[in-house]
Amino acid sequence: MMTRPAPEPVQVVKQRRDAALSALVNGMPYVSWLGVQFDRRGDELTAVLPFHEALIGNPNLPAIHGGVTAAFLEITAMVTLNWTWLWGDVESGVLDAEEMAQGKLPRLPKTIDFTVDYLRSGLPRDAYARAFVTRSGRRYASVRAEAWQDNRDRPLAQATAHFLMPRKD
Amino acid sequence: MTADKAEIARQFIETIPHSQALGMRITEIGDGTAQIEMPYDPRFIGDPETGVIHGGAVSALMDTCGGAAVMSHPRAPAGTATINLRIDYMRPATPGQTIVARAECYHITRSVAFVRATALDDDTDRPVATATGAFTVEQGTVEEGK
Repeated sequence: MMTRPAPEPVQVVKQRRDAALSALVNGMPYVSWLGVQFDRRGDELTAVLPFHEALIGNPNLPAIHGGVTAAFLEITAMVTLNWTWLWGDVESGVLDAEEMAQGKLPRLPKTIDFTVDYLRSGLPRDAYARAFVTRSGRRYASVRAEAWQDNRDRPLAQATAHFLMPRKD
Repeated sequence: MTADKAEIARQFIETIPHSQALGMRITEIGDGTAQIEMPYDPRFIGDPETGVIHGGAVSALMDTCGGAAVMSHPRAPAGTATINLRIDYMRPATPGQTIVARAECYHITRSVAFVRATALDDDTDRPVATATGAFTVEQGTVEEGK
């Protein structure tokens, strides 16, 4: 008779995934400085940027700084690519999530270029973003990202980015 | 181009909360060009292993500098907003060094301003990043061509 291994306890799964994600996000001081957080549902990530005064770019409107929107999308694209790329190794145990959390990260992709289109002015309230890995090859990856505020179908900005993948020695 | 206009643009840029938070300083502005520097700050690190500044902070610098260049252009009547910006990352900025962005508004119509920009650290022969962007031209009260 075929025996299936017992499924992992839910808290073990959650702890591993949250530790790996936290290692990817909180390892970057700039991400914490900006205040970007990540919401995880299974393998799906949503970046959240809670509004604060230091994000303002035009005090007269007021509106969020275009540089903030760009940085937010760039962080979303980068973290989502890293997450997608390492997911298999985290799940299989090739990468130890606890060691990652202590700063032992594998070499990560580098941004080659980043293009952002501004679609609406950023209002003084929270923003959300998701990224999609369009293609992840051996050497290069192409990622698109979208940010919104009140309505998911009224994007604030969209972006595409290319990344150089680390060599697997 | 009047010195007043450059002064107005400088004051506007220098009161932007996010630019202040990133420690940006305008070192040159006028006639459609601007130079803004961002001193090294450990809070802006993207890679803790190397201490390299995050690309997002460089993007914010490029965007601010591009906007400043547009605002200082003699034919830009009032404010501006970014339509699109593309940044190419040539190499990581050297940790500990100030990043200096220089932007030029090389063409302007009644509606659109076209900008190119470069970011340098101490090794000025090898750019850290380059950018190209399109910005809006907001119609204000100042007469065209004045």
